[in-house]
Amino acid sequence: MTKVLKDKKAIGIFVVPGFIIYTLIVMLPIVWSFYYTFYSGSPGLRWNFCGLKNYQMLFHDKNFLAALLVNLKYILCVMAGQVGLGFLLSLMFMFWLTKFKAVVRTLVFFPVVLPTVAVAQLFAKIYEIQPNYGLLNSVLAHIGLQNLVQPWIGQPSTALGSLCVMDIWVAMGFYSVIFYGALLDIPQETIDAARIDGAGGFILFRYILAPLLRPVTVTSLVFSFTGTVKMFESAIALTNGGPGNATRSMSIYMYNVAFSFNKVGYGSLIALIIFLICVAGSGLISRLDTKDIY
Amino acid sequence: MHKTKQIPVFRTIFIFFLCLVELYPLFWMLTASLKQQSEWTSKPAYALNSGFYFKNYIDAWTRGSMRIFFFNSLLNTFISLFFIIIMTTTISFALVKMYWPLRTIVAKYFTMGIMVPVATALIPLFQIYTRSGLINTRLSLILVYTAFGLSLSIYLMTAYLRTLPDEIMEAAVIDGCGIYKMFWYVVIPLLKNAIITVLVLQFFFKWNDLIFSMTFVSDTKLKTIQTGLLYFTDEFGSKNWGAIFASVSLSVFPLLFLYLFLNKTIMEGMTAGAVKG
Repeated sequence: MTKVLKDKKAIGIFVVPGFIIYTLIVMLPIVWSFYYTFYSGSPGLRWNFCGLKNYQMLFHDKNFLAALLVNLKYILCVMAGQVGLGFLLSLMFMFWLTKFKAVVRTLVFFPVVLPTVAVAQLFAKIYEIQPNYGLLNSVLAHIGLQNLVQPWIGQPSTALGSLCVMDIWVAMGFYSVIFYGALLDIPQETIDAARIDGAGGFILFRYILAPLLRPVTVTSLVFSFTGTVKMFESAIALTNGGPGNATRSMSIYMYNVAFSFNKVGYGSLIALIIFLICVAGSGLISRLDTKDIY
Repeated sequence: MHKTKQIPVFRTIFIFFLCLVELYPLFWMLTASLKQQSEWTSKPAYALNSGFYFKNYIDAWTRGSMRIFFFNSLLNTFISLFFIIIMTTTISFALVKMYWPLRTIVAKYFTMGIMVPVATALIPLFQIYTRSGLINTRLSLILVYTAFGLSLSIYLMTAYLRTLPDEIMEAAVIDGCGIYKMFWYVVIPLLKNAIITVLVLQFFFKWNDLIFSMTFVSDTKLKTIQTGLLYFTDEFGSKNWGAIFASVSLSVFPLLFLYLFLNKTIMEGMTAGAVKG
């Protein structure tokens, strides 16, 4: 048995091809990015070693700081929305629904699987004001809230919020299913016992559910955090970073810097910052739980 | 008495409202894709379609080249899924059930990739592809799809493999099975559920990819469905809403069918504990 499972040739055949592809395409580029950060221009076009100049530039770059701020607002808003509403939905599946549990769960999860661009096109039409009112504005106009009719994604004040609503709508079903799985693992006797002891809704939540759900909450927060730090596709597809730079995330800024302005070295530095924020942030969140996730 | 009766009514209304919020935009999309252009100006946006104007779909499919984008996405997705599954099952098996030095380190190395933001790898990959002439090819997308699909898949698959008892493999070895035969005839069938979960998840990810295909592919003939949709909207502008909705619906249908057929497996996979860490 062990002899068969120690077969070196088989291990090589099983592991090496995937290992090579993964190393070349996922891991090597991170090291490569780091090396690029010391250069200005783009390869083949005024590509010079410039030491730490990119690093100095970063902290004075108003556009980067603006993108960072937009990204942070987005992270906080979407994380709270996705995980919070996901949790509330899971409570609903658990305690409120007796009939149609599977049907409602299937419906709520459905937006998770939709293509980002398709969802964004759909929401763009929902928020539309020109040339015809979109779904939201036409409903608002119909129920007499004419003064609320506005270009939802066409003005800086509401664009980011509208984007957050879309991304929360998409992902809350995902988190509700994860939380629901964890709720199912809590023995019914525990909940019953607490109920008999007189624990009402809030007490039950505070002393029974919250501690038992801690690991899954932390996992969800990490998932949501790593997903929102990347903020790219939905913003590109819904608003293309605009209007102005109201929804321009770090990734979009990096993309513009590297591919439109041809500053590959500087773009790589921003990419590296995104990577570091991602690792540091998920590390911090994981520490909320004693058990490590990664 | 009153209280016990009132709460369920409130609950029912709330649940109904929730389902409405989740479903209505999609329902609206379907009705909108069947509207004629004149309906948009003559009636409010929430009105139902007055007829079934299937020409929108024909427009999207032929004039808007959705058929090319559709085919490209299917091809790229299926080929990369094939490689993801082969590599995920073999690597996970070697990591969990076989004995070799460094295997815990290699396992950590593979899971690290879950945290790598796609944006970080984008610039170097673009340079590598440009220099090796892979830019604007199908291969460039298939390679990144496969490589970026490995981490999460291996993470899920190893979690599943750990729950499998070793006795079944032992019996096969005593019967004289070699490692490859045992892997193919004994282990793979046992992994059926995990393979389906990984396949479905990765299908969603690959089908929905935007950032890679918009970076590495600029040729209209090679565009995938997501970049195609963006391009399509630019092309038709805000003039032809019906055709835009038809193209969006077309990109959603495969996922809709896949999801409705497999949602039980997905739910089981999601709640079974693999994602709970």
